[in-house]
Amino acid sequence: MTKTPLQFTLNGKDTAVFVDGGANLLDVLRRVVGDLSPKYGCGQGTCGTCTVLVDGEPQLSCLTLAESMSGHSLETLNGLATGANLHPLQRTFMESFAAQCGYCTPGMIMAAKALLAKNPNPTREQVIESISGNICRCTGYEPIIDAILQAAVEMRSGRVA
Amino acid sequence: MITVDTYTNANEVSGAFGSDTAIMGGGTLLMGALNYGRQNITKIVRITDPVMKQIADAGDRITIGAGVTMSEVIRSRDLVFLAPVAQSVGGPAIRNMATLGGNLFAGTPYGDFTVALLALDGIVKYANGSEQDLEGFLASRGNRRDLVVSVSVKKPAANEFRYRKVVRVKPMGRSVLSIAARLPTSAGRIANPRVAFGAMGTTPLRAKAVESALDGAALDANGIQAALAAVSKEFQPPDDSLASGWYRNEIAPVYLRRLLLNEGGA
Repeated sequence: MTKTPLQFTLNGKDTAVFVDGGANLLDVLRRVVGDLSPKYGCGQGTCGTCTVLVDGEPQLSCLTLAESMSGHSLETLNGLATGANLHPLQRTFMESFAAQCGYCTPGMIMAAKALLAKNPNPTREQVIESISGNICRCTGYEPIIDAILQAAVEMRSGRVA
Repeated sequence: MITVDTYTNANEVSGAFGSDTAIMGGGTLLMGALNYGRQNITKIVRITDPVMKQIADAGDRITIGAGVTMSEVIRSRDLVFLAPVAQSVGGPAIRNMATLGGNLFAGTPYGDFTVALLALDGIVKYANGSEQDLEGFLASRGNRRDLVVSVSVKKPAANEFRYRKVVRVKPMGRSVLSIAARLPTSAGRIANPRVAFGAMGTTPLRAKAVESALDGAALDANGIQAALAAVSKEFQPPDDSLASGWYRNEIAPVYLRRLLLNEGGA
């Protein structure tokens, strides 16, 4: 089968791979690159657990044609921590018990990261809107919203990873 | 095996159409279909022509490129009246991907943005330069082998355009139904209204009996009674996992009244 060369930046690192025609970005990240942080959930844009950032904006990697990512800058959950130092969102998710099974967490955190990059001081309603494309079947959402708001507080006050 | 052909010039795409070819907008519908095993696609066509991304003000109308995403609509100063419609489509990630062009071809209960375009007298423009009114386009959707490059809509005056989407899950949910209306007034009466519904048929549809009932009526509780009576008989809506056709017909006048009178209750 013919493969297509593809280059992009993943979590700040230049990345070059060969992809199958029609492959989605999630498959390429997980099976070709080996970044297992974005998850496969519904495959149709409903659950949001495959959310990654493309040039800083959230996109659903399971619905993104991999070949369309040539030259773009991608961010996944794997790129958030600096060594052993967790990103504030990762830390507040743990401290707020915002993860139970944890399957939605990569998408939730990436959606929240995109929000906080644009709006460091969001309202509760803005947080809810930012994760409106992400489904959690465990927590009832409240701990997740609290975690994002707490991360915003910490990031504004300079308590960073 | 699937191949991906990328065109930088929209005018060159017309020769690429085939029974096994899919034109990709934002990919939110096409890639989902591929994930679920759709087998009859061997070629995906991507178009990166900047013309597909243009938003152009042209007097009393405004032209929106087929590649403009819902997020780009929300950010556009020229499309403030359409921002609430785009905001009702999916969550932030979907809105960063989903395009006007894809929305034109979305099956029920998707395609809420097209409902608004229909109420705003949308005109589809093809890559070969020809045009077609959106109502005619929707009636024969998918039959024509030419690329849609843009849709132009009539710019509504202040408070002239209204839109509601009825969902079971907020803030993101698929449509139980959606309604868009352009309600010009003259001498205190509605004049030449356009009303469109989503999820009440296989494509977005104009509510022509409702439009007739509203034309010349006062925009108040008494004036809209004939329109509310007409809407329940206007469509033969589908049954799906969100609602039965019977239910959709029952609630259509409720939400039409709320839209027309600017009442609360989503």
